[in-house]
Amino acid sequence: MSSTLIFLCAGSVLWLMGLHGLARLHHPIRRIMAINIMGSGTFMVMIALANRGEHSDPVLHALVVTGLVVAVSATAFALRLAVAISAHKSGKQQAPEPNE
Amino acid sequence: MTDLLAWLSGIALVFGCFFFVAGTLGLLRFPDVYSRLHAVTKADTLGLGLVVLGLSLRAESWHAIAIMFAVWLLVMASSTTACQLLARYQREQDRNPEQEDDDALP
Amino acid sequence: MLSLELLFDITLSVLLLILAGTALHVRHLYTGIVLFVAFGLLLAITWARLGAPDLALAEAAIGAGLTGVLLLAALARIGPEPPPRRPPARALSAGVLGVLVLILLIRAVLPLEQGPQPLPGLVSAHLDTSGVSHPVTAVLLNFRAWDTLLELVVLLLAVLGVRQLQPAGYKQAHAWTLLRAWSRILAPLSVIIAGYLLWRGSHAPGGAFQAGALLAAGIVLLRLAGLLPVLRWDDWPMRALVLMGIVVFLGIAAAGAWLGSGWLNYPPQWSGNLILLIEVAATLSIAASLSLLVIGEREELGT
Repeated sequence: MSSTLIFLCAGSVLWLMGLHGLARLHHPIRRIMAINIMGSGTFMVMIALANRGEHSDPVLHALVVTGLVVAVSATAFALRLAVAISAHKSGKQQAPEPNE
Repeated sequence: MTDLLAWLSGIALVFGCFFFVAGTLGLLRFPDVYSRLHAVTKADTLGLGLVVLGLSLRAESWHAIAIMFAVWLLVMASSTTACQLLARYQREQDRNPEQEDDDALP
Repeated sequence: MLSLELLFDITLSVLLLILAGTALHVRHLYTGIVLFVAFGLLLAITWARLGAPDLALAEAAIGAGLTGVLLLAALARIGPEPPPRRPPARALSAGVLGVLVLILLIRAVLPLEQGPQPLPGLVSAHLDTSGVSHPVTAVLLNFRAWDTLLELVVLLLAVLGVRQLQPAGYKQAHAWTLLRAWSRILAPLSVIIAGYLLWRGSHAPGGAFQAGALLAAGIVLLRLAGLLPVLRWDDWPMRALVLMGIVVFLGIAAAGAWLGSGWLNYPPQWSGNLILLIEVAATLSIAASLSLLVIGEREELGT
């Protein structure tokens, strides 16, 4: 039993929780949080693997640093899409005929 | 001398942890927002201060002590600000309770 | 007998799992977002525990800070959710499927623990020629500079996409005096710490991403306290800042390809300075892009 093992398992469980949330939840913000949690699980598996030897693996660390920035860009874009969709929906409910 | 320092730092660390636990207990068990904020900010600031004190008695250089002290100052100021923001928000909520929870601030 | 470190690891993972589960499934979405921010902070501690301080810095600024602001701002615009409807039979089948997938995943992941690990040796063997002495920075800006370049492109694409969808009229909360006063102190501190991280990145944990994220956090704080004017992509200095990282990076890559040593291969005697140049440009560019992503606005176009 080592800490690498623990975090490998925790990362897998986190990923799965994210997937489950993505499939089961309805609100767009919750779904985006679920995707972020899946990402965190993936990062955790990668960092746990980077930590397995005596020297930690700088390539995996660099990949995850890159991944974090990409994740926050994607989150921002997804949230903006969700806001646009909800504005579109509420606009439709108020005015039954959409006028471009 | 070293023994004395180690003992003192141990005592400070134990007390620090005690205050953290007390603050968390208050956060979980107190009835309303104000007393919870009071418990968590006051006790955690004191707890962190004691932990910093305990660790600086064991620190090997002045550099490390200065960094920990700066962290303590920053956390203290941030938690004061956050506490004041939350309390004000709660007070406005109390004044006009018909407002929605999820609405943006007035 | 559990050792103390192992106990700490187990506590940390269990707390992470509980926080993630509660953040997703708690009844009020607002509570969920707050718990998600707490999850990000705990994740930063986990990275520090796993020997990745670079990542802990980035996670604390990006994962916990900026993502939290993004989620709360989106919540204020979307509004609360309708009550959920959940047939219990589906929950059961999802649970069973989840357990099966988990078994498969763990069976796939566990053998990796004993796998060979050739990369750290390779990196440390070539570290002398990279121009910096911190391996993560060397990988980010020399050995795998392609990733970093394309990441800047992804950031730019996200900024452009967000700009297309940006609603005008951002209902800004009125900032209280204490918040303003504290932001006035905190923002210069964040600039100083960002500069320090950038400078430190060549030989110790730190670098362009962490510095950029920290700078962006300072800008966001100032904007939320009402101390900065509106940030818009339409202003040309903003555009210049966002594009600067990519332009400098591409310029250096093209110059390398043209003058001899090849695309993104720096001449060894220059590589330290070139990496520093790219890092400074990338820091400013990342800070500008992230703050545009989080708090950027667009003027009403009159339509």
